[in-house]
Amino acid sequence: MASQKKEFWRWPEYRRTVPDVDWRSGDIITAGVDIGSVSSKTAIMVDGELYAYAIMRTGSSSPDSAIKVTNWALEGTGMKLEDIHYVVGTGYGRVNVPFAKKAITEIACHARGANFIWGPTVRTVLDMGGQDCKAIKVDEKGKVKAFLMNDKCAAGTGRGMEVFADLLGIPIEDVGEISLQVKEEPPPVSNTCVVFAKAEATALLRKGWPKEKVLAAYTSAMAHRVVELLLRLGVEKDFVITGGIAKNIGVVTRLERELGIKSLPMNPKYDPMIAGAIGAALFAKALVELQRKRA
Amino acid sequence: MLAHYGYKDGSGEYFIIIDTEKCNGCGNCVKACPYNVLELVPNDFDIEGGMMAAVREEERKKIKYTCAPCKPTSGERKLPCVESCDQEAITHSW
Repeated sequence: MASQKKEFWRWPEYRRTVPDVDWRSGDIITAGVDIGSVSSKTAIMVDGELYAYAIMRTGSSSPDSAIKVTNWALEGTGMKLEDIHYVVGTGYGRVNVPFAKKAITEIACHARGANFIWGPTVRTVLDMGGQDCKAIKVDEKGKVKAFLMNDKCAAGTGRGMEVFADLLGIPIEDVGEISLQVKEEPPPVSNTCVVFAKAEATALLRKGWPKEKVLAAYTSAMAHRVVELLLRLGVEKDFVITGGIAKNIGVVTRLERELGIKSLPMNPKYDPMIAGAIGAALFAKALVELQRKRA
Repeated sequence: MLAHYGYKDGSGEYFIIIDTEKCNGCGNCVKACPYNVLELVPNDFDIEGGMMAAVREEERKKIKYTCAPCKPTSGERKLPCVESCDQEAITHSW
């Protein structure tokens, strides 16, 4: 009997509550629900401060994912969905968030979220999502000045990295570190397409390349592809990376090397995956304030 | 805002760039495009924003082909969408 195969691509789902925020004394409670192609995120904010969030995998139904991830974020807080004044949906499945009053494009939300997480000095945001990759230029208020999105193929995305983690049997959290364990950088894989790159990697493994070398070859190809995209808009400091790939030190290091610019380090208070959800919650707050002003 | 709609692949870069600061939402480009590539959408980037021109979602991954018939093979010819825009808000990257 074959033992059950470990799912190396599976990244940890989790929720968190910020202990020093009391939602009951809050004036404006908003939530941002970011339904991505691979992960779903809900961020709940009280008066513009992050209170609770949850990150989980997107299922086959966007409305179900939205309900599940939001309920999970609310779990144990005593807060109910009705207590939230305004919910904004964003991401690939944004129109399918049943309780959202408005859907806003994830590009605007990531810009706003990055501005919140890293501060007003951020000028370039690279969102490396599950199935697409976006380069965004922002001003000091977090407003989008220019954007470019590539969702034509999965190369340079989190999903591509998941495929490689699975192929090589390395847990997805470790691929970044392991890809850096090479004495010298191997030539990048020549295929940008994930399916062909996987075939190329299989051939390299057959040739006797160690796992870390194959991973390094793929990671640098991925970084190169993203850099090409970024250069179309031009990269200005401060540069930050959002989305799951921001946690992959292998990609980040190679990106920085190729660009010649360091990215701001991750802010330990905020997971880079929830930047879009935070942005959406902040838009929700602005919308509540606008409503009150008009009323 | 410079909105880039399109993609980059092995054969080149294909982006229609719309300057939303210049776009006044008049819709002339939507009518001018013979292949129905453009549409007017609410400006999501600004809470109090109006309408703006955008490349339709379905077209974003194939504009290399959809826009090809309008592209000059030789000499100079202005594109219908670019020509129709009084605000000069539309440019093509290729």
